[in-house]
Amino acid sequence: MSAPVGQGDFTSGDTARRKDVPNVFAIILQRLLLGLLTLFVVSIIIFAAVNMLPGDFAQVILGQGATPEATEAIRRDLGLDRPVVLRYFEWLGGALQGDLGRSFAQANFASFVGADAAGGTTVLQQIAPRFANTMFLAGVTAAIAVPFAVGLGILAALYRNTVFDKGTNVFALTSISSPEFFLAYVLILFLAVLNPILPSLSNIYAGMSLGERLERSLLPALTLTLVVTAHMMRMTRAAIINLLASPYIEMARLKGMTPMRVIVRHALPNALAPIINVIAINLAYLITGVVVVEVVFVYPGIGQLFVDAVKTRDIPVVQACCLIFAAAYIVLNLVADILSILSNPRLRHPR
Amino acid sequence: MTRISRRGLLRSGAAAGVLAASGLPIRAQEARRGGRLVVGLSGANTSDSWDGRTHSDVFMVSAGQGGVFDSLTEVAADGSLVGELATDWEASADAKVWTFNLRQGVSFHNGKPFGADDVIESLQLHVAEGAKSGAAPLVSPITEMKKLSEHQVQFTLAEGNADFPYLMSDYHLLIYPAGQIEEAIAQGIGTGLYRVQSFDPGVRFVGTRVDSHYKDGQAGWFDEIEYIAINDNTARMNALLTGQVDAINRIDFKTEQLLRANPAVRIQEVTGNQHYTFPMLTNSAPFDDPNVRRALKHGINRQEMLDKILFGHGSVAADSPIGPANQYMADLEPIPYDPEKARYYLKQAGLDSIDVNLSASSAAFEGAVDAAQLYQASAASGGININVVQEPADGYWSNVWIKKPWCASYWSGRATEDWMFSNAYEEGVPWNDSQWDAEDNARFQQLLIEARATLDSGLRREMYGEMQQILRDEGGVIIPMFANWVQAVSNKIATPDTIGNLWQMDNSRLAERWWMA
Repeated sequence: MSAPVGQGDFTSGDTARRKDVPNVFAIILQRLLLGLLTLFVVSIIIFAAVNMLPGDFAQVILGQGATPEATEAIRRDLGLDRPVVLRYFEWLGGALQGDLGRSFAQANFASFVGADAAGGTTVLQQIAPRFANTMFLAGVTAAIAVPFAVGLGILAALYRNTVFDKGTNVFALTSISSPEFFLAYVLILFLAVLNPILPSLSNIYAGMSLGERLERSLLPALTLTLVVTAHMMRMTRAAIINLLASPYIEMARLKGMTPMRVIVRHALPNALAPIINVIAINLAYLITGVVVVEVVFVYPGIGQLFVDAVKTRDIPVVQACCLIFAAAYIVLNLVADILSILSNPRLRHPR
Repeated sequence: MTRISRRGLLRSGAAAGVLAASGLPIRAQEARRGGRLVVGLSGANTSDSWDGRTHSDVFMVSAGQGGVFDSLTEVAADGSLVGELATDWEASADAKVWTFNLRQGVSFHNGKPFGADDVIESLQLHVAEGAKSGAAPLVSPITEMKKLSEHQVQFTLAEGNADFPYLMSDYHLLIYPAGQIEEAIAQGIGTGLYRVQSFDPGVRFVGTRVDSHYKDGQAGWFDEIEYIAINDNTARMNALLTGQVDAINRIDFKTEQLLRANPAVRIQEVTGNQHYTFPMLTNSAPFDDPNVRRALKHGINRQEMLDKILFGHGSVAADSPIGPANQYMADLEPIPYDPEKARYYLKQAGLDSIDVNLSASSAAFEGAVDAAQLYQASAASGGININVVQEPADGYWSNVWIKKPWCASYWSGRATEDWMFSNAYEEGVPWNDSQWDAEDNARFQQLLIEARATLDSGLRREMYGEMQQILRDEGGVIIPMFANWVQAVSNKIATPDTIGNLWQMDNSRLAERWWMA
């Protein structure tokens, strides 16, 4: 609502700004502390859950060769014979100092070679390149999906209840309701097998040029785009339509603005908060939920590593992956909240 | 389907040296250098490394023994044993002392010349304190390794073993440069045809052909090879169909028709030693009674199981683990499916019918639970009531195998009879999954020891034949079928007429033996 701007507003605005700076910081701080608490709880749950799974690292890695002696030897080497609680606190102590430990698989390998811990890879070194790959895929997907979804949402709001609107909705709902691997195979069928435009294998590796990387990750990115579009698009559409009944929109319309301008200039800024929230949730999903897509396209991201680690009960890697996933959710939600506050003057100036 | 010729006679003892000296088998004439081989392989893991002691699946075996490294000996595609880093070898009369002559003028990828020290140090890795090598049972019987000269090594064994040169072809036993082994394992420095260009564990391996190699003109045709880790069956097939890879291992039988329909791709299928089993503990009731075991063997419909579980990709087995990739496979008639006979043998055991639990899980082999249910259906009419117990795949090998009285299992098979028997049928060995011992059959255990130190191949054939018959008639392991290795290759790649059947992908030596068409 366009209230007349006067002298009084300036002063009250100034005092409010002085108040709101610590306000946003307080929120960030509070959220960060809560986030740390969440991470702590997550780590306990994961540690307990992995330990409750049948079979441990030694049994899994030895497979058919799991004689009691060999199993015992590996357990002893890795310290798996000690109590769970003790192991958890040791891990926690290391994690607090930024040391996520060494993967069991790597440590077991080191003991094979007879080398000491020095030369091997830490969990951090193991995860870092995979995480970078996942972030790359998430980035490419976000760059396609967010403008696409928001654009579609705006158009759907603009042409609401028309064939276009309904068609878009059906398309988006169909793609979100299909399992990811199905979408992936449909895309492979049309874009790789019938019309060989894009490669069906997305095995990117270090030393690849950016262009090649983009080409390789396009199919998984498109698959993920189909998965996340519906949510964002429908939220954009709903949030905008919600505002279209407001008096100030009517005012804008009465002034003779084009419908497009009304929506983009006047409705969209006020609808940003819910849209940002949905985008954040979907971005977090892009980091944490892409396991299936990674497997289908053989994309060397963190999801594949995570699955491998769970399969072999490699607790340090599982823990680290879970912490990253949880942290991604927490940070993205935090960013979403802050952006919502900044985009909404009423939240920025609480009375 | 490629036919496999039986292993030559010149197999054991001093005679093998003659064959080895003649070098590798002659290649098809059209083989030529050049090109880049891209393969999609399963069985890769993020914990993979160049440590041969940890190699267990096709990805690292193909990259290790099949690319970057060499062993002392090599099993050729036709099953004969040829020299790799050894040129020839001879044994003492009791097969206890083995002398290997090593190839001269070979150097590692870092330039270090190859010699006797490299062999000794590399083999010692497997028996080092605390090492958990899969090949420890092969190396530990060596009581002494002596360097006779720069290019001659002598091994003394605790007891005679006519198959010793065969054991040296095992894919764990890679030769590293002495004194630089840690570095060699970290970077992948061997004497193989391909040097490591890049290796990303569980993701990808790229190798470049070395400029000059002792196998020049006989193997190693590609300029560059790339192995891509594709553990997912469907993704592997897609990659082949879209032309992103030239070959893939392990075809999913359910979608095999799609591959067959594609004219640019051909399917390669060989019958090897891989077999699916149902071992029972012969020291626990009711399986301690040979009549009960015999009844169970009459209760299984092998052909039906082969058709339904393997979709026909295999061959019926006669309860013996010695397969087509072995030399002395006996021509045994399998015990036929016959419910009446099953009843008869149950009567002999003093029973009208019997109730038994059969534990199965997909961990044993794909379709193991279905196989157990087929068994249940076929055995019922013979008075055998099988209760199929579905076990969790996690911890199957620790908690079910050799623990439960009767379960499903598999073996990838071994190159030699003695190796197979001494792994799974010798009294007291840890993987004896039927607890088969002298109490069950003293003759079998006695033959096992005797045949091991016998160099005469005619005598060995007799002994191993008798052992296989004993297993068929009295053994505690039901082996309904051998499973084929089924893989697919693009027509861009040419392969020799004979494909190795010891292990998938031409014994994992595809990068050595195949070439661009």
